Amino acid sequence: MSQLTNEQLERYSRHIILEQVGGKGQKKILSAKVLIIGTGGLGAPAAMYLAAAGVGHIGLVDFDTVDLSNLQRQIIHLTNDVGKAKTQSGRETINAMNPDVQVHAYDEQVTAANIRDIIGDLDYDFIIDGTDNFPAKFLINDACVLMRKPFSHAGIIRFQGQTMTYVPDKSPCYRCVFPKMPPKDAVPTCRQAGVLGVMGGVIGTIQATEALKFVLGIGELLTGYLLTYDALTMTFRKIKIPRNRRCNICGEQPTITELFDYEQPTCSFGR
Amino acid sequence: MIVKVNGENFSAEKSLNIDELLAAVKADQPEYVTVQLNGEFVERADFPKTFLKDGDEIEFLYFMGGGQLVATDK
Repeated sequence: MSQLTNEQLERYSRHIILEQVGGKGQKKILSAKVLIIGTGGLGAPAAMYLAAAGVGHIGLVDFDTVDLSNLQRQIIHLTNDVGKAKTQSGRETINAMNPDVQVHAYDEQVTAANIRDIIGDLDYDFIIDGTDNFPAKFLINDACVLMRKPFSHAGIIRFQGQTMTYVPDKSPCYRCVFPKMPPKDAVPTCRQAGVLGVMGGVIGTIQATEALKFVLGIGELLTGYLLTYDALTMTFRKIKIPRNRRCNICGEQPTITELFDYEQPTCSFGR
Repeated sequence: MIVKVNGENFSAEKSLNIDELLAAVKADQPEYVTVQLNGEFVERADFPKTFLKDGDEIEFLYFMGGGQLVATDK
């Protein structure tokens, strides 16, 4: 790989002086490919920190446009971006932050029909689930398990968040913990929940940290654990999670061998 | 019986099974919670016959989305 330029040596100097990173690690970051699915509360801060770190290729997947109500937490989007495609708005912010980063935009919703192509487009090294709905979370898990791709799962709600990292063969997957989605007609409470804006910053930044650790091959990933965070009591808990032998996708006798879409439970939310 | 539920002590007069514990702690949407007992997942069908004893550590794990449907423990 080519040498770091003088500008890069300066830009990434605080990385380079880290023993565990160095110039060699920074070059790994510069050639890394990370896919971020959902550029919302979680994906926005994750994308920004990865862009600042110099991740060479960042894929952004989102089908939505920026809404005024997004700006309280989705910090990659600015007031002037309201109405713009989120992938476009994200691309502009990242381009302004760091010219070393190439943004690859996928202006669509992930489905069983397209997710393999999206992940396979650049043969991404690591995937960040920054989505806001369960069908997407199960789909991302299933695609990553079947395609043998590491990914970071996360969810945030109100003052709580949780995250876990999956690495093929080494750790439990999301379905080990949550085997299946509640049937859509059996969801007893269906309400729009609020979220403190900073929750995505805390958890999304942890996801970005996991991506960087994976790329650098340093430290211990959040594999085999579910990290939960309660902002009101400022409590982090790291709950050990075993692999589930009976897991229906990564267990001993998997029943899920093809991707499929769950229906999004229907709720009518007031705005 | 004193057990730990999500890291906090919980005491009851007698040994409870997991269904009874879910009711006793007023778990929200107990039908969707994933239960771990001393680090191992417990099958839903085994909830009624799994009785807890002193010192057991139980984790209730919940789905967490991004602002849509959710169960929480409060």
